[in-house]
Amino acid sequence: MSAHARGEVSFTVNANERTVRAYPMERLLDVLREQCDLTGVKEGCGEGECGACAVLLDGALVNSCLVPVLQAEGARIMTIEGLSTGSRLHALQRTFLECGAAQCGICTPGMILAAFHLLNTKPRPSREEIQEGLAGNLCRCTGYAQICEAIADAVKQEVPR
Amino acid sequence: MRADPADYDLVAPRTLRDVLLLLAGEPGAWLPIAGGTDLMVLYASGKLPQRKLVSLWNLPELRGIQATDKDIRIGAACSYTELRGNEIIPTEFPLLASAARWTGSIANQNRGTLGGNIVNASPAADSLPALLVYEADLILVSTEGERRVPYVDFHTGYKKTLLKPHELIREIRLPRRFEEYFSYARKVGARNAQAISKVCLAAIGRWKNGAAHDVRMAMGSVAPVPLRLRNAERAVNGAIDAVSIAAAREAAIAEIQPIDDIRSTAAYRTGVAGNLVAEFLQALRAYGGAR
Repeated sequence: MSAHARGEVSFTVNANERTVRAYPMERLLDVLREQCDLTGVKEGCGEGECGACAVLLDGALVNSCLVPVLQAEGARIMTIEGLSTGSRLHALQRTFLECGAAQCGICTPGMILAAFHLLNTKPRPSREEIQEGLAGNLCRCTGYAQICEAIADAVKQEVPR
Repeated sequence: MRADPADYDLVAPRTLRDVLLLLAGEPGAWLPIAGGTDLMVLYASGKLPQRKLVSLWNLPELRGIQATDKDIRIGAACSYTELRGNEIIPTEFPLLASAARWTGSIANQNRGTLGGNIVNASPAADSLPALLVYEADLILVSTEGERRVPYVDFHTGYKKTLLKPHELIREIRLPRRFEEYFSYARKVGARNAQAISKVCLAAIGRWKNGAAHDVRMAMGSVAPVPLRLRNAERAVNGAIDAVSIAAAREAAIAEIQPIDDIRSTAAYRTGVAGNLVAEFLQALRAYGGAR
């Protein structure tokens, strides 16, 4: 059964305007990876539990596996590929490297975007707020300690006291 | 089996009226989807029987939180993040704010909606016991107009509700008269974040002239629907002492109908339900004693 046709969906991703042809219920995750070549968006669980596919949708952290692409019409999307400025890494990317906060790397893009969203909403988060901000992102390698340390370090570097 | 997106349609009308006309035109044919935190999981695993969906995300008529002197009116498509960020809800309706904080992760709170939680009608939903305790009303809307129903009547059985196929929840209303109440919320799950409750309790009570008044308790994950514990409440209005706490615990255990499932067992849930009732009442008594 293939009753439905692909339609055009337009959005801005990492400051580039894009129009894709997609079925309206295609997952934003798949469209970003397969049509926009943004493979920094990872598929983990595919059910909103692990955060590997997290992106910012109009500034809000979302799991792109749970977003039908039609609901991204007209939206501003940011993926991990949009975080650095040219070759200059964002503070979070630098501190993740410095602290050994990435091992296998599958969770890292979502983890960094969750941290980025956290710092946008709470520029000086407490340890507890860092943990809550990342509670939807699973990492099976690091044990989280280095990740929390990386975020705390980025706060120190970026936010004037 | 993973779903093939080619098998599904999704439309996104720009106004509530257009959505209602679509629903009325083919009753039962269109499944409303808001933030997708429940439906997209079913869809992705190939278990969503409906093939035609209509998006409610970004419909202005379903967004926003308005306060009047008497009540607070929450648009059905307000996200948990909006509930948490509202200035009135965390102070006057702390049970709803805690439930919003405990539901999923930040990413899911940015997409999950209160109306979606109600319509999805999971007995394990964290926000629903709070709505029972605060005696919320729902404003339902269709092309035929609006009707107001007490939330307590909304769930008619496991995953069954009063909502007609051509109706939507437009708004959730909570009366603003609980500011003076002591409130108590507990979620027992495998972990704090993300986990679905094994048992959750939302409870309030008022302390006046040395006694408890208007004690209200509701639980999730212990019955086919979110359950107000009326018998346990009756056991304690007035004095809270070891006798009435024991009576409330027994009454709660008698009125819940917990089951064994993937998350827990009936026996564990029964024990925890009794403990949570006792814990709340001890906390209420301590609160009263400190005043």
